[in-house]
Amino acid sequence: MILNLKNTFAEIGETTLFAKKFFKEVFIPPYETKEFLKQCYTIGYKSLPLVAITGFIMGLVLTLQSRPTLVKFGAESWLPGMVALSLIREIAPVITALICAGKISSGIGAELGSMKVTEQIDAMEVSAVNPYNYLVVTRVLACTLMVPVLVFFADAIGIIGGYVGINIHGDVNFYRYLTQIIQSLEFLDLFPATIKTFFFGFFIGMIGCYKGFNASNGTESVGQAANSAVVTASLSIFIIDMVAVQITDLFF
Amino acid sequence: MEKEKLHKEPKTKDKEQSPIIEIKDLHKTFGKDNKVLKGVNLTLNKGEDLVVLGRSGSGKSVTIKCIVGLIEPDKGEIKVFNENVLHISKKELNEIRVKIGFLFQSGALYDSMSVRENLAFTLTKHKRDLSPEEIENEVMEALENVGLADAIDKMPSELSGGMRKRIGLARTLILKPEIILYDEPTTGLDTITSREISELILDIKHKQKTSSIIITHDMACAKLTSDRIIVLKDGVIHAEGTYEELEKDEDEWVRSFFE
Repeated sequence: MILNLKNTFAEIGETTLFAKKFFKEVFIPPYETKEFLKQCYTIGYKSLPLVAITGFIMGLVLTLQSRPTLVKFGAESWLPGMVALSLIREIAPVITALICAGKISSGIGAELGSMKVTEQIDAMEVSAVNPYNYLVVTRVLACTLMVPVLVFFADAIGIIGGYVGINIHGDVNFYRYLTQIIQSLEFLDLFPATIKTFFFGFFIGMIGCYKGFNASNGTESVGQAANSAVVTASLSIFIIDMVAVQITDLFF
Repeated sequence: MEKEKLHKEPKTKDKEQSPIIEIKDLHKTFGKDNKVLKGVNLTLNKGEDLVVLGRSGSGKSVTIKCIVGLIEPDKGEIKVFNENVLHISKKELNEIRVKIGFLFQSGALYDSMSVRENLAFTLTKHKRDLSPEEIENEVMEALENVGLADAIDKMPSELSGGMRKRIGLARTLILKPEIILYDEPTTGLDTITSREISELILDIKHKQKTSSIIITHDMACAKLTSDRIIVLKDGVIHAEGTYEELEKDEDEWVRSFFE
């Protein structure tokens, strides 16, 4: 028990040092722009279908589940605003981040883990190319910037899902539905929710890279790196969310 | 036969002894008590092919990984081109690394890149002013040197073991290194392909005037490529000499490698 706790703290410390290197390397040339754009394409564009399906289902289900309760209180007209608020402030960021942890963090963990095991990272190092700059900085930066974009996309698709959900039981004009949503939203609903998605993205990329970069030699460790990346990234998303909600609560 | 003759000619003793790598009293321990290197002393002379023999786990790979800074030794001195690589900055180490080629046992080709991209990768990182045509020409030249110009558009997963090693060698050669470190270049290959790789090592030495350290268990490769052989045992150098000398060594353990 004590040994496990010690190992956990040791790993948190090592991850922090690994992350510290990112802030040093990110500003030092050469800038790997081509690899960064490639990672943005892989992490952002290629995750769109998954995020779209999840976002649509989130909006639809949330509407269908909330509707009976609101109808009981005669507050059915609040449904668009409530769905949009729930999606934008909490559900879309967290669910999208969890989807990304599963898809992106595990992918990075497995890719870098297999590169480590097959000495590709060492090959980069001995050819005087900085593997941290080329592999880690580009991926972490791409995750940090693409996860918020994916969350915005999930918000939009979720709202469309909500519209479909409302129209299963009624007949609401899309323009009116959107007007109600916009009227119920404030800038402060969007701002903290957006800020935390940058942290989600950073942690998803960083944990995936750390696990992959530190895979021990052996094919088994590639699977372990991928698995561990998903678990750790998912857990950190919930922790960041909890901290973000507390901070939002204090200041807004 | 022609190549073997070529090999016999430049014996170390006849040449000017100019050390290009000097290792003194190198120690490395993994974990608490797994002492792998216990004071290795080694010299590679300019233009020489030095073969390192030894049982698995005797510290051969660890020694060459220490030279390029992949593993940090606990104690000792490593001089490459008269620079102590253990006491220089990362930037200076990288300047030395560009002059050293390292062929990994598996080839270590980048899986996500084609053969062309694998070769162009290192080149574009170090010679950023090269035009795409010049890069293409250099890539083709390196591939022609290893006889695999046709494989330029293939992915590493489509290559056989021998082809992966050749492409790995081409990638190493593209920066025109002065020293090449080979980590078991013929392991896992059939006899014919092993001989082809050994002949390629010899060809490269003569064409590009490189100096090499070759770690191998393949005695045919050692016979063909070596100017001098050292044998590692229990973390220290146990024997040293030419192939012919060690073949007739008094020590039965040393002779067992040649049987």
